[in-house]
Amino acid sequence: MSIGKSEVEYISRLAMIDVADNEVEQVSGKLSKVLDLFEQMQAVNTDGVEPMAHPHDVAQRLRVDEVTETDQHEKLQKVAPATAKDMYLVPQVIE
Amino acid sequence: MLHTLSVKQMSEKLHAGEITSVELTQHYLDRIAQFDPELNAYVTVTPELALQMAREADERLQNGTAGQLTGIPIAHKDIFCTDGVKTSCSSKMLDNFIAPYDAHVVTLLKKAGMPILGKTNMDEFAMGSSSESSYYGPTKNPWDLNAVPGGSSGGAAAVIAANLAPMATGTDTGGSIRQPASFCGITGIKPTYGTVSRFGIIAYASSFDQAGPMSRSAEESAWMLNAMSEFDQRDSTCLEQERADFAAELNNSLEGLKVGVPAEYFGEGLDPEVEKVIKDAIAEIEKLGATTVPVSLPNKDLAVPSYYVLAPAEASSNLSRYDGVRFGHRCEQPKDLEDLYKRSRAEGFGAEVKRRIMVGAYALSAGYYDAYYLKAQRLRRMVHDDFTNAFEQCDVIMGPVAPTPAFNIGEKTDDPTSMYLADLYTIPVNLGGFPGMSIPAGFANGRPVGLHVVGPHFSEAKLLNIGHQFQQVTDWHKQMPEQYS
Repeated sequence: MSIGKSEVEYISRLAMIDVADNEVEQVSGKLSKVLDLFEQMQAVNTDGVEPMAHPHDVAQRLRVDEVTETDQHEKLQKVAPATAKDMYLVPQVIE
Repeated sequence: MLHTLSVKQMSEKLHAGEITSVELTQHYLDRIAQFDPELNAYVTVTPELALQMAREADERLQNGTAGQLTGIPIAHKDIFCTDGVKTSCSSKMLDNFIAPYDAHVVTLLKKAGMPILGKTNMDEFAMGSSSESSYYGPTKNPWDLNAVPGGSSGGAAAVIAANLAPMATGTDTGGSIRQPASFCGITGIKPTYGTVSRFGIIAYASSFDQAGPMSRSAEESAWMLNAMSEFDQRDSTCLEQERADFAAELNNSLEGLKVGVPAEYFGEGLDPEVEKVIKDAIAEIEKLGATTVPVSLPNKDLAVPSYYVLAPAEASSNLSRYDGVRFGHRCEQPKDLEDLYKRSRAEGFGAEVKRRIMVGAYALSAGYYDAYYLKAQRLRRMVHDDFTNAFEQCDVIMGPVAPTPAFNIGEKTDDPTSMYLADLYTIPVNLGGFPGMSIPAGFANGRPVGLHVVGPHFSEAKLLNIGHQFQQVTDWHKQMPEQYS
C-alpha cells in the first residue's frame, strides 16, 4: 500500500508532527512499507473473535474520591520550558 | 576481582564486613570511567548519588538493617524516572528533563539499599531492537564492538555483560529485556503484565509495557524481582494480588517438567547455529528430568503485524503529552499553538519515534479504526489463545529469543520492517501478557545466544527455577568478554 503527499500531510496533522517538504518522499516510503506489513492482517478471518484490549480480564480498580496529592507545582514547573506566575506560557490563542 | 563475583558472593562479603558498599560502588564507577567511553552504555553516570547511597548502605550493613541486596550497585534504564537525575528516555525531547519524582521501581530498589550508578542507554522511547535509535548514539555489544547489544534495553544488557554494573533494570514491551539479554549473554526476565508497577516508567505502549530485572544469573534476577514488585495503587493496571516469592522454587528439581517445543519457532529464517544452541540447551534440560512435547502456535506470524498496529496506536496517545508546554523540548519562537506542537515534536523526536506515532495515529483515525486497530486486537486474542491452548499440554514453552545472534551496527537501520520482523519470537509473549525469560545458552558465530522460556501468567518462579537449575549444570552465564573480565 502506497501513500502519497496529501496523506503524509494528513498524518502529520493527526500526529501533530511537522514534516518538511524535503522529507515527504522518505516518510511516505517508509510508512508505506509499514502499512504493507499491516495488510497481511486482512487475509485472516477473524469473524467471531472478540477484540483483546488487555492481557488480564479484570475490572478497572476504583478509589475513594479524596485528595491524596499535595501541591507540588513549584517542583513540577521547574522542568517546564516557559512559565510565569505559576502558569505555563503558550503562544497567544485568543485574539 | 570484585566485578567477577556473583551478587551472592558480593552480598556475603558485604555482610561479613570484608568489603564495603563504598569500595564496591567506587570499583564500578572506576570501571565505568575506563570502559564506558567505548561502549556508550550509560547516558548518565551519577557518582555522587551512588557514593552517598553506598555510605547509607554501609550504615545499614553495620547496624543490622541490611537486606540481601543492600549495598549492591545497580544501573537503571533511562526510562525510569529518577528524582533529581536526568531521565531522557534517550530522546532529544527529554534531554533537558530532570525527573521530579521516582518511578515506583526506583523507590523500591532505593529502599532495598541499591546504590544507583547511573542511567543506561536505550532505543529512543524504547522503540527499537538495537539501541541504535538513541539520541546519544548507539551502544556497542561488549562481545563484539561491531555488533548491536539488542534493544531497547541494550545499555542495561551491555553494562551487565561488560561488568559495568552487577544488576540493572529493564523494560520489555515487545522483547526489550529478553532480546538484549540474549544478544549480550546475560539473564533477563519479563514478568507477567501487571506484576511490576509502571508508575514513573516513561510510557510507550501501556497494555504491553512491563519492567523486569537483568543480571548474570536467574538466582540474582529472582532476588531483584522480589525487591522490585509489589502492588502500587498509582498504576491502575498493577495487580492487587499478593506477589509470590520468586526465589522460592529455585532449588526445585525439574523432574517431570513438561517442555512445549513449538514447531513454528524452529522454522524458516532461524539461523542454523542458533537452532543448534537452542536444541542443545533443551536437551540439557531434558537431562535434568524434563520431557518435551510438540506444541503448536499456528498464529505466530500474526503477532508482528498485530503488535506494530497496537503498540504504535498506544504510543500515539501516550506521546501526545510531549507538547513543548509542560516539560521537554520546545521549539524557538512558535508562531501559534499548532506551530509550537508540530515543530517541538518534529525537532524533539527521532525518525523511528515519529514513524510509530504517525502510524499509530493513522491506525486510530476515522475509516481505518476497524480495519487496523480492531483487526489487530482480534489477532492479539488469537495469538494469546494459541499460548493458553499450548499450556494445556505443557508447563512452559522453549525456543529461541531471536532468529539470529546480534546483528551488526547499521545492518537494519534503513529498513524499519526488517528490524520489526526480528522480534517475531518475543512479541507474541507480550501480546498475551505472559512472563518470558532469556538465559545464556551458548554462542553462534562467536556471539551469545539466549534460550527463551515462556510460561503461563504468574509462572515467574517456575521460569527462574528452570533458569537456576540450568545454570547449575552450565556455565554460559558465567562467561565474560575477555577485555571486560
